[in-house]
Amino acid sequence: MAAETKIDPMHQFQISPLAGHLDGSPFVFTNSALWMFVVLALVWLFMLGGMKRQLVPTRWQAMVEGMTGFVTSMVATNIGPEGKKFVPWVFTIFMFILFANLLGLMPFALVGAQPFTVTSQFTVTGVMAIISFSIVLIVGFWRHGFHFFKLFIPHGTPIGLLPLIFLIELLSFMVRPFSLALRLFVAMIAGHILVEVFGSFVVQGLNAGGIGPAISLLSFVFIAGVMALEVLVCAIQAYVFALLTSLYINDAVNLH
Amino acid sequence: MDLASAQVIGAGLAAVGVGAAAIGVGNVFGSFLESAIRNPAAADSQQGRLFIGFAAAELLGLIAFAVAMIILYAR
Repeated sequence: MAAETKIDPMHQFQISPLAGHLDGSPFVFTNSALWMFVVLALVWLFMLGGMKRQLVPTRWQAMVEGMTGFVTSMVATNIGPEGKKFVPWVFTIFMFILFANLLGLMPFALVGAQPFTVTSQFTVTGVMAIISFSIVLIVGFWRHGFHFFKLFIPHGTPIGLLPLIFLIELLSFMVRPFSLALRLFVAMIAGHILVEVFGSFVVQGLNAGGIGPAISLLSFVFIAGVMALEVLVCAIQAYVFALLTSLYINDAVNLH
Repeated sequence: MDLASAQVIGAGLAAVGVGAAAIGVGNVFGSFLESAIRNPAAADSQQGRLFIGFAAAELLGLIAFAVAMIILYAR
């Protein structure tokens, strides 16, 4: 147990200012902001490359149209014909989350950059969830006025159970933004911690000697598998966030 | 027992919830596959519901993970 180096899996989620100090001004350009700009630039380039509206689509355009078509059909099946208005928002969060998640998996450390996953911060996912929730509230009250509260009373509820059902439905409604934000951020954090811990095992095993390199090899193979799973999780989390957003908007638009 | 060891034990106990969520997620996909094989024509239209069920089951495991982290890093 001599000279044991402690694994610090939380270091990769640390927000550090790139200019200025965090405790000085509330507006500091941090690594989180930098990576958000990188995500923005990537989404922009991706979309710009495929929006030439050629009659015979190039591969790139087919890729972009696949994305838009996927989100459009998801919104159409979940909300109906009125869902078209909400496609821009659902598509925006889907693309942002997908790109941010995948960018966090890229091995930028190889070229010396400090990689950072934007979606591993509760503030980022929380803001996106709050915007989705606000859209639900605004659209719901705009379209239905106080009839929106009918959302909390399922059809055919016995009068005696009404207060209880109302409370439960209200609670499950209010918890939605938290569950939406928590799911994405914890899924990202958990995956990155797992990769970080087993990555440290590889290094420590190589340094340890004896049976160490064998354990390193095992960890390495395990990481390869986990990475494949992480790519899947990245896509699924982006899909789930967009899917649940469109479901919640459906509640507001069509009330049950 | 000092605080540090109690924290580690507590985080380990909280991590049991992640395993329970794994059972739930397996159940969701297993049941879907079972019924999708019986009626493949209806399978594609139910994929949205599949992922809603997956998200609901997964969330509870992730909350267990969050609780473990909170216990582990609490001061």
